[in-house]
Amino acid sequence: MTERELQAAALVPRLAAALAQAAGDRSFTFMEVCGTHTMAIARYGLRQLLPPGIRLVSGPGCPVCVTAMRDLDTVVAMARLPQVTLCTFGDLVRVPASRTTLAAERAAGADVRVVYSALDAVQIAADEPRRQVVFAGIGFETTAPTVAAALLTAREKGVANFSVLSMHKTMPAPLRALLDAGETSIDGFILPGHVCVITGSDIYRFLADDYGVGGVVAGFEPQDVLGALLALVGQQRPEITIEYTRAVRPEGNRVAQQIIEEVFDPCEADWRGLGVIPGSGLKLAPACSGFDAQARFTVDPGEPREPAGCRCGEVLRGLVDPPDCALFGRRCTPEDPIGACMVSSEGSCAAYYRYQDLDG
Amino acid sequence: MCLAIPMRITAIDGKMATVELDGLSQRASLMLLPSASVGDYVLVHAGCAIAVLSEEDAQETYDLLNEIAAFGAESSETEPDD
Repeated sequence: MTERELQAAALVPRLAAALAQAAGDRSFTFMEVCGTHTMAIARYGLRQLLPPGIRLVSGPGCPVCVTAMRDLDTVVAMARLPQVTLCTFGDLVRVPASRTTLAAERAAGADVRVVYSALDAVQIAADEPRRQVVFAGIGFETTAPTVAAALLTAREKGVANFSVLSMHKTMPAPLRALLDAGETSIDGFILPGHVCVITGSDIYRFLADDYGVGGVVAGFEPQDVLGALLALVGQQRPEITIEYTRAVRPEGNRVAQQIIEEVFDPCEADWRGLGVIPGSGLKLAPACSGFDAQARFTVDPGEPREPAGCRCGEVLRGLVDPPDCALFGRRCTPEDPIGACMVSSEGSCAAYYRYQDLDG
Repeated sequence: MCLAIPMRITAIDGKMATVELDGLSQRASLMLLPSASVGDYVLVHAGCAIAVLSEEDAQETYDLLNEIAAFGAESSETEPDD
C-alpha cells in the first residue's frame, strides 16, 4: 500500500463516524447513478457503515441494464448477418435479448468479438477488409467520446468496412425524468465521477436550481463515497459540488465534448424501466452517417419480449431493492441471469447478489 | 462500464501514448486529451486517456476529509471510532 492508500483507508471508519454524527436522527434517501458506484458500495460493504437513517438506492447508471430490449434484439439481428463481425464490450455478450444472447449466437456460429476499446474494432476492420465490422456502442458520456474517436480514426484512415450501432445515452435527461415522475423520493444524488470527467459538473446544476435536490460528484474509493455522503448530509442548501476533485472540473473535458458533438446528435432513447426519454440518446450526426450501421444494414429485430416476473425496471428507478424481486437469487443468478441487472457486474442485482453477506 | 484506470504516460507518439501501471504497459489514444505530457498521470477508459489527474487537488480533498473526520470524531467522543 502506498502512503496515500494507507491514509485513505484510515479515513473510512472516521468518515463513517462523522457521517453518523452529521446525520443524527434524520432520514435521507440518496441515489447513485453509476454502475461503478453500485459495485464499489457493494464491494466495500459501505451500507453496513451507514447510520440507519441513510438509505442508498441505485438509479439508471448501468449502461447494459438500461438498454431496451428492442435495442438488444437489433444487436443480435445484426450479429446474425453472415458478413458481419460484431464487436462490443464484454458486458453486453451475456445479456438476455428477447429470444437469445450474443453469447448463444456466437456459440451457434455468429462472429461476435469482445473488445476493450472501439479503437480495437477499427483495427480488426483494417486487418480484415472482407468483413463488415459493426461496433455495438453502449455507454454514457464517458464511453461515447471513445467511440467517436474510433469513428473519426476509421474515417481518417479510410477504414470503410467499419460502422457503429449507437445505443449511447446521456445522463442528465433520465435524472430529470425520475424527478418529474416523483415516484422515488430522492434527497440527493451521488453523481457519476467518470461521466462528469467528460461533461463537467455544471450540467447538473438544474437538479439544485429546478428541483431543489443537491448532488456531489464522487470518486470510486470507499472514502470518496463516504465523503460525498457527508457532503450531501451537510448541505445547507441544495447545490452541486465535486468531491472527486483529482479528476473532475466544473467544465469537464472540452475536447471530448467537441468530439461527441462532431460525431453524434442528440435523439430520443428508450430506457429499460424509464421508457422513451427525448434528448437522452446519441445517434450518428449526418456528417458521419456513412458509418451508421443502421443505415448500412436493414434488420428486423422482431417483437421485444420482456422476461416474466423480472423487476429490473423498478430496480432501475430506485423503487425496489433487488431482494424484493421474487426471482432474485432463486431463478435469477449471475450464472443463469433472467434480467439485465443480474448480468452486468455493475447491475444492482449482481452487486447485491455477489456481496449479500457483506450487506447483511 | 465507466471504469477508468489511473496510469502514467511514459512515451507519446503522435496521437498515441504508452501508459504504465505497476510495470504493465499498454497503448492509449490521446485524441480526447491532446494536452497530456509524458510523466502525467491520466485516467484511461476504453483505450483513451480522458483526464489528467491532479495530485494537488487530491491532497486538498483528503486534507479536507481528514479535517471533517477529525471534527466528527471529536464531537462524538462517546461513540467508538474504530
